[in-house]
Amino acid sequence: MELKHIIEVSHLIKRYKKATENSVDDVSFFVEQGSFFSLLGPNGAGKTTIISILTSILSLTSGAVHIAGFDTEKEPHSVRQNIGVIFQNPSLDLNLTAEENVRFHAVLYHLYPFRPTYSLMPQAYKNKVMELAELVGIQNDIHKPVKTYSGGMKRKLEIIRSLIHKPKVLFLDEPTTGLDPISRKNVWQYLQEIRKKEDITIFLTTHYLEEAEGSDYISIIDHGKIIADGTPSEIKEKLIKKYCVVDAKQRDTLKNELDFHKWKSEGVGPFSVKIEGETGQEMIQKIKTPLSYLKLHNPTIEDAYV
Amino acid sequence: MHMYKLFQKTTLTINVILTIAFRDIAKLLRDRTRMLASLVFPVIFIGILGTSLQQNLGQGLGYNFLVFVFIGVLGQTLFQSTAAGIISLVEDRQNDFSQEMFIAPISRYAILLGKIAGETVVSVLQISGVLIFAFIIGIPLQISSLLSLLPFVFFISFFGGAFGVVVMANLSDQKSASQIFPFLLFPQFFLAGVFNPITKLPLPILIASRIAPMTYAVDLLRGVYYWGKPEYAKVVLFNPLFDFMVILVFGTIFLVVGTLSFVRNERNK
Repeated sequence: MELKHIIEVSHLIKRYKKATENSVDDVSFFVEQGSFFSLLGPNGAGKTTIISILTSILSLTSGAVHIAGFDTEKEPHSVRQNIGVIFQNPSLDLNLTAEENVRFHAVLYHLYPFRPTYSLMPQAYKNKVMELAELVGIQNDIHKPVKTYSGGMKRKLEIIRSLIHKPKVLFLDEPTTGLDPISRKNVWQYLQEIRKKEDITIFLTTHYLEEAEGSDYISIIDHGKIIADGTPSEIKEKLIKKYCVVDAKQRDTLKNELDFHKWKSEGVGPFSVKIEGETGQEMIQKIKTPLSYLKLHNPTIEDAYV
Repeated sequence: MHMYKLFQKTTLTINVILTIAFRDIAKLLRDRTRMLASLVFPVIFIGILGTSLQQNLGQGLGYNFLVFVFIGVLGQTLFQSTAAGIISLVEDRQNDFSQEMFIAPISRYAILLGKIAGETVVSVLQISGVLIFAFIIGIPLQISSLLSLLPFVFFISFFGGAFGVVVMANLSDQKSASQIFPFLLFPQFFLAGVFNPITKLPLPILIASRIAPMTYAVDLLRGVYYWGKPEYAKVVLFNPLFDFMVILVFGTIFLVVGTLSFVRNERNK
């Protein structure tokens, strides 16, 4: 049977020991296999708590979480074998080479027997490492110590390392924190490529809003509760006031016209006109007054979130 | 079928232990600063404290004070560096590759055993530096007696590791671990008589000294080194077999109790 909901969370509650409030307060959602899901929210909203529970490193207070069909409380090892995790803090040994970091990971996931040097490792392993390294363009640096790597290269290395055991879900906890815009874009480009190639589900937590805009589905969390969810366009639809800005030489005529259509407008010119019930284009077509200025406001998730 | 599965599982676990241990060793060998730093304390203890005490107080003791301090520092270094290595696991859980270890589908026992094995080899490598230093400054050490210490060197590292596990398991957050650990460690230097003879002690200190685990680690090494030598009675507290049994029993208890509570506390926060 094809598993449709690769992640299932129902009525998840987490209260830390000695805490008086729930850090995660009755949260339910699911993620479809192969999709890209984003959990968006400010710091302290409960994102890291949720990702810790989903990756089975933290126990829940009540509710149930299933990853790839396995219960995180009862079958944590099966959950772990099926997921890859990119942590917020880099999880690389800087004094070791990139390949050694990958090799240790591969052995911990029971893929290959341990050998103290690369040359002694099985050919299948060598092929896999090189294939993945080429995917993100670090094949020439794979035997160099990680401390010689740039921030972007380190992230790429972590990504290919997490892919070596063919996880079904890749969890990314604020993965591009501390990267410059170019490296960030670069990392995302590879992630999208890998996602298509490996048919992997991506679970992202972030407060970088533009990152979430590329996802299939977004849940916005605050104070431990999901306050909004939907596709990026639905979220915009639901939460954001859409408006256009118009102005004309004959402001009074324009104002009269706006009032005639019973559109809500603000300002004394230029006017911000709320888009409601019809599309911006339909509204603009109705305006007869020659316009000197026209701007359609294109909302971002950021507007919803702030 | 059942046997095969068990065999397979054992092989996997051994693989994991080897990997974790090898990582520690590789990390040490790649880190020159750390290798140098690990020499600093023993060199201060033996080179400065040891020689000055030998010059000023050593004459009336009836045994070479530098040798006494050297064997003491050997025991202390082995015990301490393995314990510290285990304690660092708490801090490392948020950093570097350790995060990967804790999220991997492997048993916690394998992590701790691998870490103890790795830190044991690391501290043995570190004391070889101390040994070279001892010969350079001309401490009159007897090579054959030193060689007889070799099997016990690993045993004491294991004991330090087990002590580290029990401390780590009961210090839930990383801050308290790195702050409290020195307080649990430094008094043991003196209670265990690393630099100071402790054959005669006032009662409260005597009790504390006999509770300190490091006492048995240091005394075991001295017992073996001084075995059959005229100084034996002046330097050694207990029969080495007694020390050995104490370490074996308490090392096992520390390891089992520590690991159990570590596993229990790890996910329940």
